[in-house]
Amino acid sequence: MTAKAKKNDGTLCVPIMDDMTIYNAQSLKETLLGYCVPGTRELQLDLSAVTEIDSAGLQLLLLLKAEAHKRGFTLCLLRHSAAVLEVFELLKLGTYFGDPIVFPANWKKA
Amino acid sequence: MSDINPALETFAQEVDELLTAMEEALLGLEGMPDDADCINSIFRAMHTIKGSSGLFGFDDVVAFTHEAETVLDRVRNGERAIDAELIAVLLACKDHTAQIIQHFLFNEDEPLPEALQQQSRTLITQLIGVLAVAGGMPSTQQEKADHFEVDVNTTDSSDNWVISLAFKQDALRNGMDPLSFIRYLQTLGKIIEVIVTMPTLPRIEDMDPEDCYLNFKIAFNSSADKKTIEDVFEFAEDDCDIHILPPNSRQEHYLQLLADLPEDQVKRLGEMLVEIGALTEKEVANILHEQREEEKAETKPLGEMLLEKNILQQPVIEQALKKQEAVKQKINKESNYIRVDAAKLGYLINLVGELVISGAAMRLMVDKHGLSDVDDVASTMSHLVEDIRDTALQLRMVQIGETFTRFQRVVHDVSKELGKQIQLQITGGESELDKTVVEKINDPLTHLVRNSLDHGIETPEERVQAGKPEKGVIQLNAYHDSGRIVIQISDDGKGLDSERIVAKAVAKGLIKPDQVLSQSEIYNLIFEPGLSTKEEASNLSGRGVGMDVVRRNIEALRGSVSVDSELGQGTTVTIHLPLTLAIIDGFMVEAQKERYIIPLSMVEECVEMSSDEWQIDEVQHYVNLRGQVLPYLRLGDFFHNNKKHTKAQRESLVVVRFGDTKAGFVVDELHGENQTVIKPLGKLFENLNGIGGATVLGSGDVALILDVQGLIQHAKKRVTPALALL
Repeated sequence: MTAKAKKNDGTLCVPIMDDMTIYNAQSLKETLLGYCVPGTRELQLDLSAVTEIDSAGLQLLLLLKAEAHKRGFTLCLLRHSAAVLEVFELLKLGTYFGDPIVFPANWKKA
Repeated sequence: MSDINPALETFAQEVDELLTAMEEALLGLEGMPDDADCINSIFRAMHTIKGSSGLFGFDDVVAFTHEAETVLDRVRNGERAIDAELIAVLLACKDHTAQIIQHFLFNEDEPLPEALQQQSRTLITQLIGVLAVAGGMPSTQQEKADHFEVDVNTTDSSDNWVISLAFKQDALRNGMDPLSFIRYLQTLGKIIEVIVTMPTLPRIEDMDPEDCYLNFKIAFNSSADKKTIEDVFEFAEDDCDIHILPPNSRQEHYLQLLADLPEDQVKRLGEMLVEIGALTEKEVANILHEQREEEKAETKPLGEMLLEKNILQQPVIEQALKKQEAVKQKINKESNYIRVDAAKLGYLINLVGELVISGAAMRLMVDKHGLSDVDDVASTMSHLVEDIRDTALQLRMVQIGETFTRFQRVVHDVSKELGKQIQLQITGGESELDKTVVEKINDPLTHLVRNSLDHGIETPEERVQAGKPEKGVIQLNAYHDSGRIVIQISDDGKGLDSERIVAKAVAKGLIKPDQVLSQSEIYNLIFEPGLSTKEEASNLSGRGVGMDVVRRNIEALRGSVSVDSELGQGTTVTIHLPLTLAIIDGFMVEAQKERYIIPLSMVEECVEMSSDEWQIDEVQHYVNLRGQVLPYLRLGDFFHNNKKHTKAQRESLVVVRFGDTKAGFVVDELHGENQTVIKPLGKLFENLNGIGGATVLGSGDVALILDVQGLIQHAKKRVTPALALL
């Protein structure tokens, strides 16, 4: 469900191709854990394909952020989908993750 | 106190009350050393006594109380912590103050005797000595302030609700999505800030993605009330700890509402807070539940728990408590007492008694002459007379609690003296009974409590050996039961040793060696004169005089006393007493042309005495009352043994109950309810079997009031030996 592309400088850029919900939380965790390997300096997650995210998905993201801090690599979230944006907005999480967020012009209406 | 002037008399009474309050507060402090109310009450006592004594020129009292006041002031200001030692000294000071005031009341112009002066000096040294040893302790208030953590969110974001949600591990698995609740919350107002925390953050390897680790703290701006906000999370209730702290602006709103609450009755803290909307009923229920769970440990007051859990801000709780106190005081003030001479009250009760009798006489005349138009007036009047009677009797009713609390001191002092650890538990202190009865029950009660202290409760070492907690418990309990008051004194001490009682009773010649007695009969032997099982007499009890006096005193009040015990587990003494000695509701019956009164409260039912229905056993005197063996007594035969029994065409069976025992009285006629003014029988008839008193009927005739308890015993005695053979 995910593809990865590794660059030489230790930057890992992966799109998340599935929903981030309780239903696939288990496999998602395994996947994400797989990225937390030594040598990774930056993990970029492309969230554009996440059509649905719930508390289970959110807490994985939060945990990953904490883990990144602990292991000394950077977690970047890219191309937040509308669903992710809605949750981030709801919980005012934008500043916590500190990633540049691109709001689509009509995201509120959607 | 006839020779002292009225002002002094008031002073004496005031001092008495203050000192009693002080003693109570001091003993209360033993349990809760930080109770500001208690400390204030002690200070107030000393302060007021000092002031009043100054007015009368009792300089020695002023000098002494001044020292005590100084110490207490320091306690109040938190410069001095209160401990057992100080409490002991203050108790001694309280006694001493009473003594010197007593001295001046009766010998106004004489100087204080040397002994008392000496004692004053000793106590003052002790007070100051105690003070010097432990000065400068932190005040209780400061300590409390340290404990209370001010939530950052409550102070800076002044106008927001602070909602804390701590989801439990299984929340997600149970289908909860915390986000959806927060989304829904948005419909009620604006979410200002959300802090997401994961307090039990696991290592990512150990994390179970299906567990919920999320906690939210939400600053929320909304005009909705607490209940509405709580309802948002209704479905999450089981999977989430929810705390909703109202915004500060709400707080002012609550304070306003609190101030506006009507002051007509004392409410519980929880009720008040629910009423103004600061708490929801659910929250109160949860907290109370928690409070009960913690019962084993120290139970905290509701207010403190609310603070700790951060459910409400301190000012609101403080205000609510203040309000509660204010209402209490107001009600106390409103129900202010008027001091009435007891003799005047007694006279009033007597008059009411006469009124009841002449009311009955009038009733009789109205019936006799068939004056139907007077009839209405007469019934109205008899209703009023009944009300007057009840009210007049109510005047003399006092709560037994005050008598009970006096024993706190006895227990405190005696347990110290005996080196035992004993706690006194009081329940049912609000039960009321006639003042004359209360006064007369004090001595027997003291005796019984001292007995429990001395004989009942073991020393801490013995208790530990027996596998019991070190601290012994004595319970005083009171409750109303069928028109009587029941007082129980129980302890969890070593109980009565029936073998030793029997041996002693045989030695004293009270029973024959081969006599067969039931357990309860054996226990009740301790009320016989000259029986004590304590090997050595102490100065408290054990000389074998006393229990018989206790029984005599109680029986003189038309009461009864019994004892039950379990070896090693404890002893319970139960006292039954009539509520009043003056007027009762009676039930009038007739047998052999003689009228008898049975106290109405003891009458269970009246049935026809028909032999087909109840299988009457004429020989052994019992009936089968719906499957129950009920001994019966023919009142006519009992009181007129020599008269020949003339069979009336129809007899009735009045079933009476006393405590657990029941019996039936067979009578010729039932006359129904009757207000009975109890007139004591003359000295000559005092020991009549089965008669407790007499009353004058409207017709001028005399009816005898039955001693139900005695008669039941009698009826049972006639049955049991025969039944034993069956």
